[in-house]
Amino acid sequence: MGQISLNQVTKSFGDVQVIPPLDLDINEGEFVVFVGPSGCGKSTLLRLIAGLEDTTSGVIKIDDTDATALPPAKRGLAMVFQSYALYPHMSVRKNIAFPLRMAGMDQAAQDAKINAAATALNLTDYLDRRPGQLSGGQRQRVAIGRAIVREPSAFLFDEPLSNLDAALRVGMRLEISELHKKLETTMIYVTHDQVEAMTMADKIVVLQAGVIEQVGSPLELYHKPRNKFVAGFIGSPKMNLIEGAEAEKHGAATIGIRPEHMTVSKSEGTWKGVVGVAEHLGSDTFIHVHETGLMDTMTLRITGDIEARHGDTIFLSPEMDKLHRFDAQGLRLV
Amino acid sequence: MSTQHSRSAARIMIAPATFLLLAWMLIPLCMTLYYSFRRYRLLTPDRQGWVGFRNYENFLTNPAFTSALINTLVLVLGVLIITVVLGILLAILLDQPFKGQGIVRILVIAPFFVMPTVSALVWKNMFMNPVNGLFAYAAKAVGLEPYDFLSQAPLMSIIGIVSWQWLPFATLILLTAIQSLDSEQMEAAEMDGASALNRFWFITLPHLSRAITVVILIQTIFLLSIFAEILVTTNGGPGTASTNLTYLVYAESLLNYDVGEGSAGGVVAIILANIVAIFLMRAIGKNLDA
Ligand SMILES: Nc1ncnc2c1ncn2[C@@H]1O[C@H](COP(=O)(O)OP(=O)(O)OP(=O)(O)O)[C@@H](O)[C@H]1O
Ligand SMILES: [Mg+2]
Repeated sequence: MGQISLNQVTKSFGDVQVIPPLDLDINEGEFVVFVGPSGCGKSTLLRLIAGLEDTTSGVIKIDDTDATALPPAKRGLAMVFQSYALYPHMSVRKNIAFPLRMAGMDQAAQDAKINAAATALNLTDYLDRRPGQLSGGQRQRVAIGRAIVREPSAFLFDEPLSNLDAALRVGMRLEISELHKKLETTMIYVTHDQVEAMTMADKIVVLQAGVIEQVGSPLELYHKPRNKFVAGFIGSPKMNLIEGAEAEKHGAATIGIRPEHMTVSKSEGTWKGVVGVAEHLGSDTFIHVHETGLMDTMTLRITGDIEARHGDTIFLSPEMDKLHRFDAQGLRLV
Repeated sequence: MSTQHSRSAARIMIAPATFLLLAWMLIPLCMTLYYSFRRYRLLTPDRQGWVGFRNYENFLTNPAFTSALINTLVLVLGVLIITVVLGILLAILLDQPFKGQGIVRILVIAPFFVMPTVSALVWKNMFMNPVNGLFAYAAKAVGLEPYDFLSQAPLMSIIGIVSWQWLPFATLILLTAIQSLDSEQMEAAEMDGASALNRFWFITLPHLSRAITVVILIQTIFLLSIFAEILVTTNGGPGTASTNLTYLVYAESLLNYDVGEGSAGGVVAIILANIVAIFLMRAIGKNLDA
């Protein structure tokens, strides 16, 4: 249960094709994350899978049955919305019970499930409150509770943490990951936060303008980005992409080196530059280097601290085995 | 803005308006109270004097009073039910995307801009007239006897006319409320397996409760004092079949020339309106709390 496959699926709003033909396979029990810049079609893709939008063409299969024309309720999927979409006039208990009530389950069985979900999500004390009387994190948990009790074959999350503050986001991230480990149910998770994507995913799907740029495990994407877009999108701070003569030396149109894959020295090295702003994070330092003659601003990441003042001259040396090379089309060269 | 000086200046500037409003309301109220305890008949204006509660006695024991009271309640309740139910349906319909939405919305609002006397006359002469009315034509076209609405079912006809006038108001308020419903909530309910009917019952209707309350409260205030529609269509008849309290007060003071009893009726009407208001606030007022 929980296997989803998309075959040549497209979606157009009027004349605008938001999703060109797209193939994607999601295996049972996988935690799949869709990432991409704003407006690239992540939500649309999720809503196509949920059945909240009709496909323009193509086939969506859930557990080997054609679900393209099935209404959302019949697909056995549960969705957690960015706005939580709780029912404001119902208590937390009634919110969680709603899908069970709609399924015509008897009261005793409903209560058992609600209590189990409430215990798992630390909601027992709030069952009789209205959503309006809860904090953002608690609301999010109620929304997850409402999804859990249905025992769906897959969960769909659309940026569920984007309305929470940073600390809470880290906490909820862990909770969702733990939930996945415990339930072993397929989860599809949309985010534009790459930290969420890297930490939670079994498989990341990188989207740009409705096109899948790469599908792979987080480390695969980090170490072997298939093209320049993925290379620039995954990783923080961003990979330094260098074009021109320096790239040609390596037989490529563009070379990329991650900020953390360079060594720094005050006296000698491959590239010379002038220190701009240094951002001290304590454990790490990000240094912006100018006047390298390679690109506008090169970012360098070093562990710990370094005595580097604004205006100092420093030398950078890339670790050659961590250098990424791309051809004129932006594709990775091996 | 809240120095001692500016506050007293503000008070001075508001004073004329406040005074005018107060006078506007208090003087008629006091005069009504005054006349309700006096003997004051326009046919014998020279025989005046205090009569205690005689006017009230006469008004309350008048056989027309009970029927007027019942008619008033039936009229208010009937119009409320029709406008709220149809208003919800129309609002849902108008919320759907369709071609010519803008024009249809304006057409729906149009009856609200027609004066009560005019719309009642239009209904009386163009639709309900048993000889020339459109309904009579329609009935004759299918071989039925034309129905004389205003004399056979006067109160129901008036309820129909008034509902037609107030439906746009209800629809408009309910439409704006429906438009503020979060679409993700509907989608969540759809995914939770709620049928269209269940979504209406469990999501849309509770969301509309506050707007429905507002519609009921505002309409009740105006419906308790319906007058023009009755005056131009049935004159309260046949008999007292379509006389409501407002019309009875008019009939007493200006048709029977008894200003004293009419004033007593006015005071009774005020008291009744307050009873209705208290009852309503008790029953549905809590919907207004956020
Ligand atoms: N109902 C609609 N009608 C027309 N265009 C739409 C509609 N919904 C989405 N779009 C367009 O489809 C594209 C993809 O939208 P989508 O909401 O899927 O983006 P997203 O990747 O989820 O972005 P974000 O990260 O900002 O949520 C956008 O260009 C958007 O303008
Ligand atoms: Mg989105």
